[in-house]
Amino acid sequence: MSEPIPLRVLLVDDEQGFVEVLAKRLRRRGLTVAVALSGAEGLRLLRENDFDAAVCDLKMVDMDGIEVLKVFTKMVPAMPVVMLTGHGSEEAAKDGLAAGAADYLLKPCDIDELLAKLVEAVDKAKAAPASPSA
Amino acid sequence: MSDRHYYQSLTRVMVAWMTAVALAPLLACALVLGHQFHTAYRAKVVAQLEELVLKHRQQVSAFLRESVAELRVLAEIAPFADFTDDRALAGLLATMQHEHGGVFVDLGLVDAAGALVSYAGPFRLGRADYAEAPWFLAAKKGDVTVSDVFLGLRGLPHFVVAVRVSRDGRDYFVRATIDFAAFNRLVENIGQGATGQAFILSARGELQTTPRRARGLDAASLRANIWGEPGVAAVAAEDKPLVFSREDPETGRLMLYVASVFKGGEWALVYQQDEADAFPSLYRARMLAIAIVALGGCVILAASWILARRMVSRVAAADAERDALNDQVIEAGKLASVGELAAGIAHEINNPVAIMMEEAGWVADILSDDDHGSPDNMGEMRRALDQIRLQGSRCKEITHKLLSFARKTDDRIKELDLNELVAEMAELSTKRARYVNVRVETDLGQGLPHVAGSPSELQQLVLNLVNNALDAMERNGGTLTITTRLAGDRVELRVTDTGHGMQKAVAARIFEPFFTTKAVGKGTGLGLSICYGIVKKLGGEISVESAPQQGATFRISLPAAGRPAAVARPGQP
Repeated sequence: MSEPIPLRVLLVDDEQGFVEVLAKRLRRRGLTVAVALSGAEGLRLLRENDFDAAVCDLKMVDMDGIEVLKVFTKMVPAMPVVMLTGHGSEEAAKDGLAAGAADYLLKPCDIDELLAKLVEAVDKAKAAPASPSA
Repeated sequence: MSDRHYYQSLTRVMVAWMTAVALAPLLACALVLGHQFHTAYRAKVVAQLEELVLKHRQQVSAFLRESVAELRVLAEIAPFADFTDDRALAGLLATMQHEHGGVFVDLGLVDAAGALVSYAGPFRLGRADYAEAPWFLAAKKGDVTVSDVFLGLRGLPHFVVAVRVSRDGRDYFVRATIDFAAFNRLVENIGQGATGQAFILSARGELQTTPRRARGLDAASLRANIWGEPGVAAVAAEDKPLVFSREDPETGRLMLYVASVFKGGEWALVYQQDEADAFPSLYRARMLAIAIVALGGCVILAASWILARRMVSRVAAADAERDALNDQVIEAGKLASVGELAAGIAHEINNPVAIMMEEAGWVADILSDDDHGSPDNMGEMRRALDQIRLQGSRCKEITHKLLSFARKTDDRIKELDLNELVAEMAELSTKRARYVNVRVETDLGQGLPHVAGSPSELQQLVLNLVNNALDAMERNGGTLTITTRLAGDRVELRVTDTGHGMQKAVAARIFEPFFTTKAVGKGTGLGLSICYGIVKKLGGEISVESAPQQGATFRISLPAAGRPAAVARPGQP
């Protein structure tokens, strides 16, 4: 096992079976993980806690991932958000990037890849304090 | 197939129209020109006949006048004593016959009481009494009399010319009998063609001459034609011949009559001829016209039949081509909706796959621990493996659904349970509906009869309607209700959404191919026209009810086929 990565991450995804295992695996790697099963819950958690980064599913039942992302960037402009999207939704992922996402990944994703993207996004955010995108 | 009937009736209609249009001018020409020719030619022939009749009438009149004049001259220049003596009278008669070629048959003197005083001639009349004879009654009224033809005492047809002479204050009448045969010859030879003949008719309706063909000659009714009904003023005028046609009661043939009265309206010279014989050119022309029209009609009919056949076969070919194209379009549309479906399915399959991969990764993570044999870890790994198995079976289900749908179009008509199909489609669409916040409800009628149709086409139909409904509610979510009901002897399927609805103008065009309200590149505009084609093919009806912001209901009714389905499924998928 590599050394732990001390990052606080918010996972927003309505697929419980997926998000819980992902949380377990990230915690194993030393991250502090909070899980939200809906966009609304994600917003609540973000209001109450600080996070270094967020991972957000693009397709959710209650709220479109893009909308969640827009609200996140409004609330905490400095926090990078990595989008997760199914195959065939690259269009939506590009919309996400336009709306201020740091990066996106196609589900199912490799955990190391996700970690790498998270670390990279957080480093980038720290290097250049994000100016809110127009 | 009703197709054959359709093309047959199309052929018939075309032939009828073409024939009518082509034949109309031909007929019009034949009729108009025929009528013109008929009128002109008839007038000409009738004029000729009038001439003929007038000429002969004059001849007959002249003959009568001459006979009367002869007798008058005789009565005035011969001494009266000669008249009273039979022998002298015979001498006078011989002179007259010599001069006039035997027109006068006999000669006699009758006194005022009607008794025959003297007589010369071939008949042995003795002392005949003419007091009651019509000619005598007539002679007493005037100076000169020409009687009608009668049989008289001698039993032979003849007529009498009588001249009044006065002697010693008493009236006598010199009478001569005119030879009927000679008189008859005057008119007997008038005539043209095979059926033309002339005769003289008296105002009393008696024939004064013997027609060559007396059969079927109704003298009494002819009299009425010429002189009008008894008691009515005379129809015929002396100078203008009367022309009329009437049917011969005997033969049923139309006869032409030209009549001219003379002798102060007492007699008429009548010319009679069969119309067909009188106007030979007319009848020839008529036959020719009928032949031309009939032949032309046949040619036109044949030509229009051949043309119509050719056109209809073109139409049939075009129709077949269109049908093939329609099939292709349906296939293409199917692919499009499958594509739409596949996007949803990909999402659906993506989740379990992602879970499986994470769980597997999790197991790998645990195994990389030193104490992976601990009961906690073992339990965790077992849980993860169970989850993997569960998600795998979820994937299997989804792929099976998709495979069953994406099979090549199966056009074979089967009897199938609409409820089962609707439930299947609703289930397939639930995932996509969830993402756009739409609740899918099914309200399936119990004990519906089966419908006949191809399974894949019906799937396509329901899926297209459901996809449209979901598109309409994409922005704000809503409820999609799929209802099946028995309506009379038909099965009704209703797909109702609570989406943005549409204007009347849109609703009117919604089944047109390539008509779409979606953004460019979003919709093909084929979905509903494919639905329309499928429904029509199954002998059904499709309609839409909608208003802006009121959602829309698509209503489809299909003819029922066979028995009701045994068990209807429970309402919710």
